[in-house]
Amino acid sequence: MYTFSNRLKIASFILMAVGVLGIGIGFMAAPSTVEEAKAIVAGHGDGHGDAHAVAEGHGSEMEHGDAHDASHDEHLLHQLQNKPWAALYVAAFFFFMIALGVLAFYAIQRAAQAGWSPLLFRVMEGITAYLVPGGIVVFAILALSVAHMNHLFVWMDPEVVAHDALLQGKAGFLNGTFFLIRAAVFLGGWILYREYSRKLSLAQDESNDDSNFKLNFRISAGFLVFYLITESMMSWDWIMSVDPHWFSTLFGWYIFASMFVSGITVIALVTIYLKARGYLPDVNDSHIHDLAKFMFGISIFWTYLWFSQFMLIWYSNIPEEVTYYVTRIADFNLPFFGMVAMNFLFPVLLLMNSDFKRTNWFVVMTGIVILAGHYMDIFNAIMPSTVGDQWFIGIPEIGSILFFTGFFIFFVFRALTKAPLQPKRNPFIEESKHFHY
Amino acid sequence: MASKVIHAFYNDDDVLMHAVKKVKAAKHHIEEVYCPFPVHGLDKAMGLAPTRIAITSFMYGCVGLTVAIVMMNYIMIEDWPQDIGGKPSFSYLENMPAFVPIMFELTVFFAAHLMVITFYLRSRLWPFKEAENPDVRTTDDHFLMEIEIHDNEQELRDLLMDTGAVEINITEK
Repeated sequence: MYTFSNRLKIASFILMAVGVLGIGIGFMAAPSTVEEAKAIVAGHGDGHGDAHAVAEGHGSEMEHGDAHDASHDEHLLHQLQNKPWAALYVAAFFFFMIALGVLAFYAIQRAAQAGWSPLLFRVMEGITAYLVPGGIVVFAILALSVAHMNHLFVWMDPEVVAHDALLQGKAGFLNGTFFLIRAAVFLGGWILYREYSRKLSLAQDESNDDSNFKLNFRISAGFLVFYLITESMMSWDWIMSVDPHWFSTLFGWYIFASMFVSGITVIALVTIYLKARGYLPDVNDSHIHDLAKFMFGISIFWTYLWFSQFMLIWYSNIPEEVTYYVTRIADFNLPFFGMVAMNFLFPVLLLMNSDFKRTNWFVVMTGIVILAGHYMDIFNAIMPSTVGDQWFIGIPEIGSILFFTGFFIFFVFRALTKAPLQPKRNPFIEESKHFHY
Repeated sequence: MASKVIHAFYNDDDVLMHAVKKVKAAKHHIEEVYCPFPVHGLDKAMGLAPTRIAITSFMYGCVGLTVAIVMMNYIMIEDWPQDIGGKPSFSYLENMPAFVPIMFELTVFFAAHLMVITFYLRSRLWPFKEAENPDVRTTDDHFLMEIEIHDNEQELRDLLMDTGAVEINITEK
């Protein structure tokens, strides 16, 4: 049995406390009036302020100068008010997505009746325990958005919809009530499968036959169908709809690749941590090797989807589509291209060699870069439409990351203490123990 | 003087693997093992040096990537400048997204084909090459272990019989 070490527990509490502080400062610093918003932008560094002054000067020369300025200021206020919310939402979603990616990986292992991975099932079940607290937080943020506490989702604003024919056409799908009902169905389905599969997995240890194992196989196969549909719709709802005019047909896959690689990376990191603390005695280099192969492969898969989405839109150059990349390349140049280096070049070059995939510190180092890179991926998906060029990785962003890191560690490691780390009666457990490359 | 070798036949890959480990443990040098299909882990059991084909594959990939870049730059930018996607920039870098699929494909093409050719050359395989198998059964259902004899015929024969060989032959090589 694993015991949650006090040091790790205290570390998770400290992370949460510091995080709450950072989030709090972010909310306090957000402006509540247009004047405050203008003061914040004017008070920024010289370079930034100058660029804005030029833009404003240009605006006032135009015929509708005053009206334009007023709407611009209002927009600026909303962007700055969104900042702490967006920071919170990106981090909340990112950590939730890790647990969801692990759930998909777990269901695939179950449905494939994989022989190598049963030793890691308890680690995966521990990580997916975060679906409940993480899902509640994400749902709460979405519910607060529907309640007009923030302007993350512009289609939720009746003022905006009234002047926007496209949004009126989409209102049958994109409306607050249906949005929350969908979110509840997605979360309910994922959590239901997680809890039921976990129950069967524990029951298998105490049983005399393989009936629990077989039932788990069947519900996992069924769940994967549900997951692929709901995950795709979730990505439209929770991420793509922050930019409600733009759409991409492979967006669901793209977000899936991101959550899948993040989830597998976290499985590897938690496994290496537990192994270093003397748990999981039967997990060997080959298990880590296989996880690292997945990290390598899914990183390339993510890049493939990232590039496919980019190239089609770049090539066709249709104004309503290409704005998505124009904003990102103009205002988010470093995070946008930096993310590709972190999520593609780095894992490809570091994990290409077969020996490096078996070296724990290499896997940990690459894993941390991959996780940071996929945080940036979600950041780049949410921020341009909610915060615009007012983005910055400052106190609210880092505070949110710290808070959710602590929150994640606390719930995951607490769940790991609930059951023995090695399944006893999984029919493939012997194969998993003898797994070698 | 031609050397004498002992040929031990096995009809199961698990038995063969155990036999190889036993023979290695007894400090005999295994010349070669002929198999009808690749046996997982046999190279490690025999103590063969690790393969360097992965390194050649990486280098061929780099060659392929370079060929693609140089080729597309010459064809699409220098020799006959093309207006790609309504963006007449005539710069390789600004048109790069259009060339990425070709860069990827040629990297894979070069790495895969040259790696196979390298493997054939390294294994001394070419068209019309006469088979080196000492016995045709190694292409069907038998495994053959070849060990050179240095005045220890009886000792080897006993050892190999012990490991579960189904047939033992002595031949001149």
